[in-house]
Amino acid sequence: MSDLIRKTAAQLADALAAGETTSVEITQAHLDRIGQVDGAVHAFLHVDAEGALAQAAESDARRAAGGPSSALDGVPIAVKDVLATEGLPTTCGSKILEGWVPPYDATVVRRLRDAGMPILGKTNMDEFAMGSSTEHSAYGPTHNPWDLDRIPGGSGGGSAAAVAAFEAPLALGTDTGGSIRQPGAVTGTVGVKPTYGSVSRYGLVALANSLDQVGPVTRTVMDAALLHEVIGGHDPRDSTSITQSVPDLTDAVRRGATGDLTGVRVGVVKELGGEGYQDGVQARFQEAVDLMVGAGAEVVEVSCPTFVHALATYYLILPAEASSNLAKFDAMRYGLRVLPEGVQSPSAEDVMRATRDAGFGDEVKRRIILGTYALSSGYYDAYYGQAQKVRTLISRDFDAAFEKADVLISPTAPTTAFKLGEKLDDPIAMYLNDLATIPANLSGVPGISVPGGLADEDGLPVGVQILAPTMADDRVYRVGAALETLLADQWGGPLLDRAPSLNGAS
Amino acid sequence: MPEISRDEVAHLADLARIDLDDAELDHLAPQLSVILESVASISGVAGDDVPPTSHPMPLTNVFREDVVTPSLTAEQALSGAPASDQQRFMVPRILGDEQ
Repeated sequence: MSDLIRKTAAQLADALAAGETTSVEITQAHLDRIGQVDGAVHAFLHVDAEGALAQAAESDARRAAGGPSSALDGVPIAVKDVLATEGLPTTCGSKILEGWVPPYDATVVRRLRDAGMPILGKTNMDEFAMGSSTEHSAYGPTHNPWDLDRIPGGSGGGSAAAVAAFEAPLALGTDTGGSIRQPGAVTGTVGVKPTYGSVSRYGLVALANSLDQVGPVTRTVMDAALLHEVIGGHDPRDSTSITQSVPDLTDAVRRGATGDLTGVRVGVVKELGGEGYQDGVQARFQEAVDLMVGAGAEVVEVSCPTFVHALATYYLILPAEASSNLAKFDAMRYGLRVLPEGVQSPSAEDVMRATRDAGFGDEVKRRIILGTYALSSGYYDAYYGQAQKVRTLISRDFDAAFEKADVLISPTAPTTAFKLGEKLDDPIAMYLNDLATIPANLSGVPGISVPGGLADEDGLPVGVQILAPTMADDRVYRVGAALETLLADQWGGPLLDRAPSLNGAS
Repeated sequence: MPEISRDEVAHLADLARIDLDDAELDHLAPQLSVILESVASISGVAGDDVPPTSHPMPLTNVFREDVVTPSLTAEQALSGAPASDQQRFMVPRILGDEQ
């Protein structure tokens, strides 16, 4: 394994600045690693070796001329396949978009290019980001680098597995109900869902507009902050983009990395733990809480009583928004077109029906039908209307909790990675994976998942989630970095040092 | 407790413009019933006095200056089309037999 692929993005940026290596060397090392392990991991749906190397060569030329575009100029990255990339296929893990090459870049992708970051390829995901395991990808599941028979989480399992398997130092993900944080938890990596509206959604193929958020997928909290500062900030092309600027996140990480939490009030959310949470998850979580107390944090228990209704609220709001968003896949302007069998001169509507049946997978069909139901007249008030009201109560719970605490913490996911196939045909069991991550999406607050150690019963990674008030993203970075430091000191190195090397896998 | 029948699922699939065959209806209808049962728990949680939240950030009326900005060319806009002709999307007939 090349030393270059083991380095963090921050270390790679320093090595580039010191002239110790080149972007071409770094990019080639990651492409080699992808060639070596991705047959077994399947984190990528598309690898753009030629494009990435050309972008790397341009980066090296810029640096040689004395003008790097950003601190991360030359550091390569993988991009979740739900973000539009000009000239690169964008499928959202769906057959309905197989072979689609967008004629434009998402704003966040444009910002990566402007920062000089070579794009290695597009990562696997549950179809249209609907799922918690990547098993709903039409192109086959991604495998967890810790145990190839297990799920890498979802929907952004491809991005999380890519960084966990050292195929990329950084990746972009999207988080609608936990799709960045839950994969981070089960792969032993870091994932951040920024404040809603603080990172542009332009060019993100929408799942649920009021919940979706793009964010960093990395191995360290500092790397997440560096990437967040590249992609964050106002975008006039996204009407839900907020104009406030992103707080200084790398500075927050530096403060946190001292391991000192004196005076920080940490709220343990009573409703996000206990029944339904695996023993090893609870043990690692409690250990994290104890470490924070030892570092000077003041820990209080807070109650958010409406959180017990968050999952039900989410599974009404999300399908309602998704069913209307996915109406655009009509076989007319882009994507798949399938003609119905045995119909002479089919109408546009016949073609639409046949295409959507052939192009969408089971989970997408389930959610479209559920959303259509929730929005039908006669049911609208009882379901969608009621869910919107409960959403208000969930935000009020957050407001009350943040009066007592600066940040809230919980396990990121109730269990460690389960076996591929185990919950595939049991939607409710699958939905329960997002129990602890969904409230943040409903309310728009930022959250991070940092590795919390390995569960005793199965030796698999556990994540600790830290949530902060809207626009206080710097707090999740400060406290996340502190916990990362405290745990690494205890372990004698990063958690991923204990992951299988995958050498010999292919 | 809400129950969603196979016929109802067929009707909803029709509204959502998805051709579901019999096997798919048999598979999906019971699953949808289970999901619906589990989300029905929110009924009555919020009273009439609670305002709905449609969006986490209360932004309204976001405007920009009314000036021409670069956009896709016709060629780019048509680049993903299943069929096109004379710089237009080519689609199947849009009227039914009875129209």
